[in-house]
Amino acid sequence: MGLLLLIIIWLITLVSTYFFVAKTWWLPVGASAAAPGIDHHFTVTFILMGVVFVAAQLALGYAVWLYRDRGSSSSKVAYSHGNTTMEIVWTVLTTILFVGLNLASSSIWASERFRAAEANAVRVEVTGMQFAWYFRYPGPDGKFGATNPELEDASAGGEAALGLDTKDPASKDDIVTGTMVVPVNREIEVILRAHDVIHSFFIPNMRFKQDAVPGLAIHMHFTPVQTGDYEILCAELCGLGHYKMHGMLKVVSQEEFDKWLAAREAEKQ
Amino acid sequence: MATHESAAQESHAHAAPQGFIRKWVFSLDHKVIGLQYYFLALAAVFVGMFLSLLMRIHLIWPTVALPILGDIKPETYLTLVTMHGTIMVFFVLTTAPQGGFGNYFLPIQIGAPDMAFPVLNMLSFWTTFLGFIVMIAAFFVAGGAPLHGWTGYAPLSAVQSSGPGEGLGADLWIISIAIFCIGALMGALNFITTTLDMRAKGMTMMRMPLTVWAWFVTAILGLLAFGVLLSGGILLLMDRNLGTSFFVPLITMNGQVTGHRGGSPLLWQHLFWFFGHPEVYIAILPAMGMCSQLLSVFSRKPIFGYKAMVYAIMAIGFLGFMVWGHHMFMSGMSPYTAFAFSIMTMGIGVPSAIKTFNWLGTLWGGRIRFSSPMLFAIGFVSLFVSGGISGPFLAQPVLDIQLHDTYFVPGHFHLIMGVASIFGIFAATYYWFPKMFGRMMNEKLALWHFLFSLIGTYAIFMPMHYLGMAGMPRRYSQMTEVNYLHDLVGLQKFITYAAFITIAGQLIFLVNLFWSMFKGKKASDNPWEATTLEWTTATPPPHDNFGGHTPVVNNGPYEYSVPGAPRDYVMQNDPEIEPAH
Repeated sequence: MGLLLLIIIWLITLVSTYFFVAKTWWLPVGASAAAPGIDHHFTVTFILMGVVFVAAQLALGYAVWLYRDRGSSSSKVAYSHGNTTMEIVWTVLTTILFVGLNLASSSIWASERFRAAEANAVRVEVTGMQFAWYFRYPGPDGKFGATNPELEDASAGGEAALGLDTKDPASKDDIVTGTMVVPVNREIEVILRAHDVIHSFFIPNMRFKQDAVPGLAIHMHFTPVQTGDYEILCAELCGLGHYKMHGMLKVVSQEEFDKWLAAREAEKQ
Repeated sequence: MATHESAAQESHAHAAPQGFIRKWVFSLDHKVIGLQYYFLALAAVFVGMFLSLLMRIHLIWPTVALPILGDIKPETYLTLVTMHGTIMVFFVLTTAPQGGFGNYFLPIQIGAPDMAFPVLNMLSFWTTFLGFIVMIAAFFVAGGAPLHGWTGYAPLSAVQSSGPGEGLGADLWIISIAIFCIGALMGALNFITTTLDMRAKGMTMMRMPLTVWAWFVTAILGLLAFGVLLSGGILLLMDRNLGTSFFVPLITMNGQVTGHRGGSPLLWQHLFWFFGHPEVYIAILPAMGMCSQLLSVFSRKPIFGYKAMVYAIMAIGFLGFMVWGHHMFMSGMSPYTAFAFSIMTMGIGVPSAIKTFNWLGTLWGGRIRFSSPMLFAIGFVSLFVSGGISGPFLAQPVLDIQLHDTYFVPGHFHLIMGVASIFGIFAATYYWFPKMFGRMMNEKLALWHFLFSLIGTYAIFMPMHYLGMAGMPRRYSQMTEVNYLHDLVGLQKFITYAAFITIAGQLIFLVNLFWSMFKGKKASDNPWEATTLEWTTATPPPHDNFGGHTPVVNNGPYEYSVPGAPRDYVMQNDPEIEPAH
């Protein structure tokens, strides 16, 4: 029985570890400035925790096999209530490991979340509602026009879905789209809002996730560093259509972005 | 029973009831109440498991209609998610280890004739039972059960028009949880008082079995946590039905302004997780105590580091109240507090690691007997390590950006608070069955049950970590709308097949349980040659537990292989041995 347990525990460990190490399934390609740092810390955590995982499971399997009851041929049981020195050693070691790991990642968190977006960042307001994402650009005046919940009409889409108040002069040049288009290598300031319930704005390739909460305007930022199309998901349960609350992020060159924005402005006139 | 004297032992002598109703239904006997809790949890776990099976089927065959239920709509799937989680967390993981085994064995293990407040004990069970009935009723009302997940985030849960099931079904869901909280609070008071006041002569705190320590600390957590959830639930009911705005700001739902103003959705999350995180430890601490107990008994060796284990249980309980914010790193809460919550969460890994080291230390140099309870205790250690090791990923906000609300999270918590706790319940069942029913369970069937359960749960939950890393979000009823999810369907299929096999394996347990109750081999009073007080009394124990006398305790709970002792174990009420070094 001891041998059976050893084989099972070791096999489970081996198979589980194989798929992690072989990266059969792994993080999606990172395409933002923050991705390398986050991924690096993921790898560091992964290696340290992996060593602990494998060591503990191997030791468990080995111990139950080695110390199985062999009847009269068993060696005498070591009568011991423990060892204070060992307790102190492994308490200190795990404290250093866990707290150290945490401190090592704190600078990345700080740069992601403690710092406000740069003044010249491209500003996009992102609004979540059951079950769609809308994106608003402030236009040449750099100001977002007022919105009014009474004016919201989700079925009409676009500006009406956001409840844009067309009487506000600042709203005249606001651009509302269903696809998020941003220039590459520029910091993007995201202002997150929600109309009805909590949604979560998740762009796996940008290593970006943040809840959009009704009643709050949450300011975040990220910097895409590779052009391409990236999927946007909702990551917070928001109702029956949660699984299809899907959007696209198009990262394009600065020229293409300017051209695209100008075309939208022209459409509006 | 209204007053409680310091001469607690004497004041609790009450005659054994005669009629069926007083003996088996409205019983004051902690042993009967323990069994009632246990069988309630057994019914609940099969309901919860059935719901998860339907979820797994729908995920990989979204268009397949099921018997009885017919087509599963996206909202039906979310209903299954919600009810599976709620039933499992409250009516299984909180009910069986604490209400079931704690009720039955805490008084006996400390040498008491009953709980401190037998009437309160009876009330707490029947309150919990009522809660379960109300929860199940949510399936059968117009609109069905709610779809807002077991965490019930507002405003989804706070506005009736937010989706199907958010009408009466959601009200019943909240009322059921509120009722459950009341039952749990009564139970917690009883456990704490009993442990502090009802210990037999010589049963000092530091001679209590680690199971008792675990139940005691769990009760303290329950006392502090369930009150908060109860208040939160009442506020949520008011938001839904009386037009208050605790959790709902100015919002529009389906194009209509709801009339709420100024509430905070994050307030609900704080209240919920202030309960919700300690709840994780309410589920797992009794299993930890159980595992410590069994590793010592079946290794024939004292527990490694008894004091360290006690301090670790206390540390986990204490820190468990300071980490709730790690569920909210992406919620819009201040990023500075995220930093603080993260440090505390990593800190809670330290006592958890201490326990793991001590379990391995207990096995080391022992003489291990592979009886069925021990198999599950060993399985528990393995699962605890595997489920614990993914914690430090989620505890770091930087990594949580990617992993939060992906399958990595259910992978993590199912292994540790789900399956590891369930392994604790299985271990306790196999271990105490002889004492409860006077018969042994079948060891061959138990081995097969163990193999199905251990390999099966790894096959189900380890791949969920891979899915999470690849970016598969939780609570998606279909994988059709996101392009990169198409590549993950194969892995989801594997998980569903594994779930089928694992669930089939649980039927072995059910057969063994009921077959052994009537046909199992007769058990002796101390079949495992263990030391704690429940093994000193008759099988099953008499109404007052020790047949008219009170045991006197002379030894610690884990005196195995004591040099010079006549047997390889010294019972707690045996004459005192030389103090150990």
